Amino acid sequence: MIDNLNWTATAVFIALFALVTVLGFVAARWKAGNLDELHEWGLGGRRFGAWITWFLLGGDLYTAYTVIAVPALVYAIGAYGFFAVPYTILIYPLVFVTMPRLWNVAHKKGYITGADFIYGRYGSKGLELAVAFTGILATMPYIALQLVGMEKVIQALGFQGQGLMSHAPLTIAFVILALYTYKSGLRAPAMIAFVKDIMIYVFVIAAVVIIPAQLGGYGAIFEAAGKVYAAKAAATPNVGLTLTPAQVSPFITLAIGSAMALFMYPHSMTGVLSASGPGAIRRNAMTLPAYSLVLGLIALLGFMAHAAGIQVANPQDAIPQLVLKMFPAWFAGFCFAAIAIGALVPAAVMSIGAANTFTRNVWRPFVEPGMSPQRESYLAKLMSLIVKVGALVVILFMPTKFALDLQLLGGVWMIQIFPAIVLGLYTRWYSGTALLIGWAVGFVLGTWLSWGPAAWVPTSVIGGFGAYNGLIALAANVAVATVVSLVARSVARDETAPADFEDARSPA
Amino acid sequence: MKYVFLIIPCILCLWVPLYNRLEPTLWSIPFFYWFLLVLVPVSALFIWIAARIEGSDS
Repeated sequence: MIDNLNWTATAVFIALFALVTVLGFVAARWKAGNLDELHEWGLGGRRFGAWITWFLLGGDLYTAYTVIAVPALVYAIGAYGFFAVPYTILIYPLVFVTMPRLWNVAHKKGYITGADFIYGRYGSKGLELAVAFTGILATMPYIALQLVGMEKVIQALGFQGQGLMSHAPLTIAFVILALYTYKSGLRAPAMIAFVKDIMIYVFVIAAVVIIPAQLGGYGAIFEAAGKVYAAKAAATPNVGLTLTPAQVSPFITLAIGSAMALFMYPHSMTGVLSASGPGAIRRNAMTLPAYSLVLGLIALLGFMAHAAGIQVANPQDAIPQLVLKMFPAWFAGFCFAAIAIGALVPAAVMSIGAANTFTRNVWRPFVEPGMSPQRESYLAKLMSLIVKVGALVVILFMPTKFALDLQLLGGVWMIQIFPAIVLGLYTRWYSGTALLIGWAVGFVLGTWLSWGPAAWVPTSVIGGFGAYNGLIALAANVAVATVVSLVARSVARDETAPADFEDARSPA
Repeated sequence: MKYVFLIIPCILCLWVPLYNRLEPTLWSIPFFYWFLLVLVPVSALFIWIAARIEGSDS
């Protein structure tokens, strides 16, 4: 079990993990608020300025799974894995335009989740439930994948085990995470994000400087990678240092669709709504691309793995193996801790986002309409535990492939609430009923398209071009919602006023 | 006007035929990769310009 343990790396790893655990519990006293109220526990009291929001959102959106999976895809097929870069470029103009409006209306009306806004805007409990359900469903596999990322680095430290014992370190880490999230709420990941993000930056800067120096520079790296893909191309088409013609339209549509889906997730909205104002969000839209640059550099590690002669059956092991091979043991421990702690921040925010959504948009409207703020906060804390346990069960008892497939579907599902949320920020022309029918059509079509004969697939061929299923389903969704809105005009109540979406006039 | 500045980086990063090539390399990194990496800070700059135009980010 621990015969092959890399002791130096493990000691560094555990020490850093202990540090953030302490931070997670201390965070409860940070920017003190009454944690028995949901907006305090679940949104940090909406008091996170531009700087804290930058760390929190960066830590929240660029997950441990990303650090493992993006370079793994590059390692496996080359240029196509780089879709993550256009994807993260597209996000921020979209955030800059839409999210300040969402913050304004949420602040004005006391909304804590996206589904809160949907109910206020459209007066439709059905649509509110659909949005909440989609968010919670898509978040579960996402949390599970954070665990996969953690598990990969724990294995790389040399920990081996049989059966359930093999998951022992992961379970311990997760129980700790669950406890301080329960206690401190969103303040815990916000505080830990500082440590995590700085560690990731150190890891990446060291990697892009030190590894090429050892491998003979970037020229040698791309040459070596190119040879590997050329050898692969005989057996598998669509690999290489540039995109093949068949990959171009999937590459474009995947980038667009992923960008549209990202800020629909409950955890992204939680990050946005916890900001102290629309200005903080706009400043973050300008500065968060720093993380995208880091992601692009991380993606390059996939090529470096080829140049370093890393050969692994599972591409997801490529980066941990590269780190072990190229860095001294203590620094490898540091990098693995960065990735593992990088899993904690999103896992915490995701569980909080899902818990807020369940409490406000499933339990309160349908089970217990007259909840007190204390009850709300209590239930959300409990749900954050249940969501995490659910994710842990997925990892312990289901094949990893299942979580990966669900995550893939998660994006396809999430994008189906895009019309309701984003169109709703500008117009009330669409009716809640129409958007609900559109959502159902998109949800079913997107799932059906992804149901490949052998495995789940992210893209389908339409009119001779490959396209991301989420985007195809979204087109159907909007078309249906438009037609139904034309036929049946909405008479439901809209509790928002146009001014609610604009920045508040500062008292001059 | 601000939307023009926001849309430019979006068009650039989706215009695959523009950058789907190996040459010219920069520090022996193929064009495909360094173009996208350079586009990230450029996109941030465009968002900053859009914010200036809007004049709401005080």
